[in-house]
Amino acid sequence: MAKITYHTHDNKTHTVDVQKGLTVMEGAIQNDIPGIDADCGGGMACATCHVYVKQEWLDKLPAKEDGEEDMLDMAFEPKNNSRLSCQITVSDDLDGLEVNIPSKQG
Amino acid sequence: MNKTDVLIIGAGPTGLFCAHQLGIIGLSCEIVDNLDKAGGQCIELYPDKPIYDIPAVPECTGEELTNNLLKQIKPFNVKFHLNERVEELKKNQNRWHVKTSGGVEFDVAAIVIAGGVGSFEPRKFSVKECEKFEGKSLFYSIKDKSIFKDKTISIFGGGDSALDWAIELSNNSKVNLIHRRDGFSGAEASVQKVKELNDQGKLNLYTKYQMDSVSGEQQIETLKIKHDEGEIKEIKSDYVLGFFGLIMQLGPILDWGLNIDKKTVQVNTENFETNVNGIFAIGDICSYPGKLKLILSGFHEGALAARGCFKYAKPDERLRFEFTTTSKAAQERLGVKK
Repeated sequence: MAKITYHTHDNKTHTVDVQKGLTVMEGAIQNDIPGIDADCGGGMACATCHVYVKQEWLDKLPAKEDGEEDMLDMAFEPKNNSRLSCQITVSDDLDGLEVNIPSKQG
Repeated sequence: MNKTDVLIIGAGPTGLFCAHQLGIIGLSCEIVDNLDKAGGQCIELYPDKPIYDIPAVPECTGEELTNNLLKQIKPFNVKFHLNERVEELKKNQNRWHVKTSGGVEFDVAAIVIAGGVGSFEPRKFSVKECEKFEGKSLFYSIKDKSIFKDKTISIFGGGDSALDWAIELSNNSKVNLIHRRDGFSGAEASVQKVKELNDQGKLNLYTKYQMDSVSGEQQIETLKIKHDEGEIKEIKSDYVLGFFGLIMQLGPILDWGLNIDKKTVQVNTENFETNVNGIFAIGDICSYPGKLKLILSGFHEGALAARGCFKYAKPDERLRFEFTTTSKAAQERLGVKK
């Protein structure tokens, strides 16, 4: 388990335990955290699980695979700390990770 | 007015197979889809990605699955209405009257919503003022390129649509291409061409910029774009085009009085009817305890919903359960009767 903190757009903070091996997207869906739509179900085909990663965590994340940056072009208000949460797999190293969920996904 | 037994909303695998099941039991149907082709997410999101969990099909791509389903429903001559989004729904005695975005009208006994995660629509700019100009001097698709002749056009995006239009329009217009990063997702040849045109001064390329604001009276006059590092540039522009791919939205279905929870429509598991009699929902768009978002579940749901439609389409008849292996009627409908 790793603690992942999701800051939602309504200024609420949700800290939940996410099982290792799941993605940050799945952690949000399983815990009913609003704002992550994940329309395509983790296929890196829709950009509706877009999150902003807290700066100090950016370098600790698994690198972007081919295609993630292309999908982020489609995301709502992408920034340089944007990631698709379906592409971030939770591990011990990510215990304490914090992400912000954008105001909307599309 | 198109009069048919059942209107299917969504031409993804679930909707296509439901059309097959309706055909087998002798009901007619027509299909509406907002995309320009059948196949739904299978075609739009992952045409080349293999699927491994279609029963008895060890491996096939989204495109192959779609083509096989289209082949399977061929005997029923199902009429497709593509590039149409269902807008209005009215109850007319025992039938439903439906109207699409393009003004196509249907008179049907039942409706099957097989809309997946919603209809595919262009993703829009996040800048609020853009709405004011949408359809007048700001577009997400191009219907008539002649309006751009000798004008200044600012195109946003880094995919094939953005690149192709930037190249094409640079022939007769002044084109600015603005993209949020240095890399592009479009074809390499197009990227090279755009860079060449930029070097020759036939097109202005702005990378690491995004839309900041647009302004103008009736039409767009200027826009501001913002660099990653914060610098803001003002550029004059007559038209703005945004190509950010498609997003799925439930749209007008939300206003039909259906029980909706988390972008899905609640149904019973006996025949996948919603809380509104005569309206069914199948595939990814429906929810019930234990729902699995698998194509095979959508096939099952479609088979039962088709039978659920029967009593609305033929209230005076009783549906007979038959197998396609032995039923003369089914074989006749399939055109395979020996």
